[in-house]
Amino acid sequence: MSEIQRHSYDVVVIGAGGAGLRAAIEARQQGKKTAIISKSLFGKAHTVMAEGGAAAAMGNVNAKDNWQVHFRDTIRGGKFLNNPRMAELHAKESPDRIWELELWGALFDRTKDGTISQRNFGGHEYPRLAHVGDRTGLELIRTLQQRVVQLQQADAAELGDPEAMLKVYAETTITELVKDGGAEGRIAGAFGYVRETGDLVLFETPAVVLATGGIGKSFTVTSNSWEYTGDGHALALRAGAGLVNMEFIQFHPTGMVWPPSVKGILVTESVRGDGGVLRNSDGKRFMFDYVPDVFRTQYAETEEEADGWYEDPANNRRPPELLPRDEVARAINSEVKEGRGSPHGGVFLDIASRMPAVEIMRRLPSMHHQFKELADVDITAEPMEVGPTCHYVMGGVEVDADTGASLVPGLFAAGEVSGGMHGSNRLGGNSLSDLLVFGRRCGLGAAAYIDGLGDDRPVPDADVVARAAEESVAPLERTDGESPYAVHQALQTMMNELVGIIRRGPEVAQAIEDLDKLRPRVERVRATGGRAYNPGWHLAVDLRNMLVVSEAIARCALEREESRGGHTREDFPGMDPEWRKTNLITRLVDGGVALKRQPLDSLRPDLLALFERTELAKYLTEDELPAEDGADAQEDTA
Amino acid sequence: MSETRTFKVWRGDNGDGELVDYKVEVNEGEVVLDILHRLQATEAPDMAVRWNCKAGKCGSCSVEINGQPKLACMCRMSTFEDGEEITVTPLRTFPVIRDLVCDVSYNYEKARQIPSFTPDPDLEPGEMRMQQADVERPQEFRKCIECFLCNNVCHVIRDHEENKEHFSGPRFLMRATELEMHPEDTADRRMIAQDEFGLGYCNITKCCTEVCPENIKITDNALIPLKERVADRRYDPLVWLGSKIGLRKEGADTPIVPNTKPGPANG
Amino acid sequence: MSLDGDAATMTATMPPSGKPGHARAQITAKTYRKDRWWVGPVLTTLGLAVFIVYATGRVFQQDHYFVEAHHYLTPFYSPCLALQCEPASAMFGTLPFEFPWFLPYALVSLPFLLLFRFTCYYYRKAYYRSIWQAPTACAVTEPHSSYTGESRWPMVLQNLHRYAFYIAVLISVVNTADAIIPLFHGTGGGFGIGVGNLVLIANVVLLWAYTASCHSCRHAFGGRLKSFGTKPVQYWMWTRISRLNTRHMQFAWITLASLMLTDLYVALVASGTITDLRIFN
Repeated sequence: MSEIQRHSYDVVVIGAGGAGLRAAIEARQQGKKTAIISKSLFGKAHTVMAEGGAAAAMGNVNAKDNWQVHFRDTIRGGKFLNNPRMAELHAKESPDRIWELELWGALFDRTKDGTISQRNFGGHEYPRLAHVGDRTGLELIRTLQQRVVQLQQADAAELGDPEAMLKVYAETTITELVKDGGAEGRIAGAFGYVRETGDLVLFETPAVVLATGGIGKSFTVTSNSWEYTGDGHALALRAGAGLVNMEFIQFHPTGMVWPPSVKGILVTESVRGDGGVLRNSDGKRFMFDYVPDVFRTQYAETEEEADGWYEDPANNRRPPELLPRDEVARAINSEVKEGRGSPHGGVFLDIASRMPAVEIMRRLPSMHHQFKELADVDITAEPMEVGPTCHYVMGGVEVDADTGASLVPGLFAAGEVSGGMHGSNRLGGNSLSDLLVFGRRCGLGAAAYIDGLGDDRPVPDADVVARAAEESVAPLERTDGESPYAVHQALQTMMNELVGIIRRGPEVAQAIEDLDKLRPRVERVRATGGRAYNPGWHLAVDLRNMLVVSEAIARCALEREESRGGHTREDFPGMDPEWRKTNLITRLVDGGVALKRQPLDSLRPDLLALFERTELAKYLTEDELPAEDGADAQEDTA
Repeated sequence: MSETRTFKVWRGDNGDGELVDYKVEVNEGEVVLDILHRLQATEAPDMAVRWNCKAGKCGSCSVEINGQPKLACMCRMSTFEDGEEITVTPLRTFPVIRDLVCDVSYNYEKARQIPSFTPDPDLEPGEMRMQQADVERPQEFRKCIECFLCNNVCHVIRDHEENKEHFSGPRFLMRATELEMHPEDTADRRMIAQDEFGLGYCNITKCCTEVCPENIKITDNALIPLKERVADRRYDPLVWLGSKIGLRKEGADTPIVPNTKPGPANG
Repeated sequence: MSLDGDAATMTATMPPSGKPGHARAQITAKTYRKDRWWVGPVLTTLGLAVFIVYATGRVFQQDHYFVEAHHYLTPFYSPCLALQCEPASAMFGTLPFEFPWFLPYALVSLPFLLLFRFTCYYYRKAYYRSIWQAPTACAVTEPHSSYTGESRWPMVLQNLHRYAFYIAVLISVVNTADAIIPLFHGTGGGFGIGVGNLVLIANVVLLWAYTASCHSCRHAFGGRLKSFGTKPVQYWMWTRISRLNTRHMQFAWITLASLMLTDLYVALVASGTITDLRIFN
């Protein structure tokens, strides 16, 4: 066993995306010595992929917008399963977080008055998304990165060392959180390795902020990058924290499945809105067969009528391609499963035969350009192969809304890795503001926690460190065992097929069985080569995380017998108000994923009053509804 | 449609290494990064490649393909001739960690030397008012995904290691321009752009612009305008005369951030 | 290696860098480029050489520069300042002495026009690459063992390009006059127009396009501002100049050609080799 490098910090932030950087900035601003740990280079986080914008009720474009309206939109989007306190804080604080970015150098697009311009987005009642063209995520990450540099510059001037108080450990992976030996089980450190050298490293710290993003790499088709292996989710589980509602995963119905160079890249819904149609391998426009009864009256029954809608929506019903996301996804899923899919497991999205090339280029210029450049696919000449694509996980570490604290003392979480904020479905634009609001709150929460500790700093349990060290290098030391790439592929394929966008009870049960069979394979993967920058080894280590997170997802997906937001059960197609009140919490008990149901906090009366009673009736049980005519709002106190 | 291609990939640790030949399957619609991944999954599981978003948005997978600095995720296999051998080498300008992965810390050091955005300290959050026309100029530079291909291709440091100390490369000269063009910035980085960041080394030969995957007009819109601004501050005799006789008010020159240049002086 | 031990302590926004032993990939090949990267520099050198040879020959010829009948004056001789200039060609009068063979008649304009082009941001790129070979082409190792670019004397003088631009504007005004005056020297006196007029006018329009698309011009008329907010006129000018500026390279080459062609046309007519085709009077 080689020597372990040791560093000591007040706060260690795992993840250098939007949430991680914002948390680190706050911790440093609170005077805490902070480390940022990133699996990739500084500034490369997945946050750069966010295009739409950051939702914040600044009211620059429509003065009627305010935090209550934003809150209402968020709760509606999440189908009333959101943690109400998080949604409230988010709606209230987003504008300040955006304005603060401006003082750090962000350059958002402007209105005529010179204020930050805001754009419309699905699910938001008013134009609300602060944006920079279609690269808002990049602007956000760059601004936070440059703020980190600015703070380092201040430390350089004052203390002589830019890294005295805030240091980025790039290309470093944390494999285990280390607690002290005490009964409370407080966080005492974070153990991992430096990717470049393979050196093992221990960060001694009383406070860890998880900001590791999502879990997309457990699925075959995903818009997520390699980093999204659910590290934070798994670290939290192993440290004893709970995950909330892991069954809720946002799948986009039309991500590219082929060619490989664009696999996972999303094809915006506007392609269908502008006339794109879905066809199966027989060339049939199959969506007509999938219009559910409840939508029957609103959607066209013939191709003629559907085609008439684009020009004359008043006298024609909508084409079935424009059914809600989950319906479209369900239809694609069925076609593929019944053997009528495209050669690469999707269906065809055809806009090329629907309108002249010049018209497509006029309406969808960036789409056309992107696929032409990345894949030499000409969407004006040939149909695209699309299928459901894993995009975002709503579930995550169960945290306190105000401080981001998990149930484990000293462990905090913000951003995609935390759960609750988005309920069962996230609105576009809410993720970027979520990062900023709760990133900051985690930084504050961690700082306050440390202040509360005084001199009573937890000490890492030496046995745990030794074990973590052994486990992390084990794949390199095995002389036989499977390639991690093969096992990863098996896991992805299984999850994609059995716990994908549309779920059936028996299939999910099968997935849990399959995961049991995968476990010994994961435990025995072998990485060839040395320790210096060895991607095979890195994947072998990450596999462990993907496995446990996949199990949490599968168990929750089997348990929740309803369909809501990012969880669609074909055998339970409706929303159930009883389930609306229920969070599913997964924890690790004796090495296995254990599940429990836990009631969700109800909405405060003043927040409940933001909704019409008729709307509430669709979601809440009879008992939860406020009295009619608003005679007595007291009944609904939490 | 699948065929077999010869890939020559530079494999090695630190400086030592060589081109290794691989015969590898190539399918329609793939990019070079897909092929490198296939090599990892088959013949060369420990081959080091840095990558992330695989959509041309993060700037991680910078390598040199047939001698041209490129993002591996943006280089389509269909752009090569039938049967053409493909050589993939690490960026030449930076030290190699392993295989195709370079130590790009030079870039992060240079970033830290540039005085940050400096707004009027009295400005409260939400008070900024800027016109779209004003933000568009610096916004072009903020499209930068920090792939560092421009710094890699720039002959000032690519061919002359000794210039690294005095030259920040197109990426960070562009960053200085971006801040100088920010309508709410109050600092003046013109003197240090020349003296510390080495703008004078730039001979505007435009290779940075040619390799930029974001199509930023680095030379025309950032480097040359910065040269002109520096000329205003320090080479234009009329401006100099004006400042001597008090016709022009002389703003204080912002100094380089202390303790950010490597060297013994920093202790 | 700049990343020595001291640097290592300063570089932590990165993987702990500057590790001993880190070095560039030892690649001896000058380049792995397979395209014909040398074609550009070769063509540039040829293009510039053609112009220099032609222009040198013509400037020192001291003949066939003026068409008396229609007052066509070639730009290579404008303004004509030698005592021996044909009287009608010397718009600003002449100096009181005859120029020896080695003094160009357009003594005050030619050096500055040359300077304008020599310090032009585009031509700098062109000759740095093709003649100076720093670098010959992108990602091709350059032949020099050391390099300081424009950071030292005398190359630092390139920073005065704007003065060459100011003078070029004045000379363009003279060229404009040279293009307009012949319109009033028709065959029978008064207004007239011939192919020569069209050539002179086309040339001067292109010269203006080249001059106005100059990077220094773009800076002077708006680029230098930190904010366009309260300066709509400068913003308008800056956007127009910026648009021209994207074609500065094209104008640089087109005007080299148009200057030669214009001069050649005047020379051919002046020498009586061809006759100017008259369109009107």
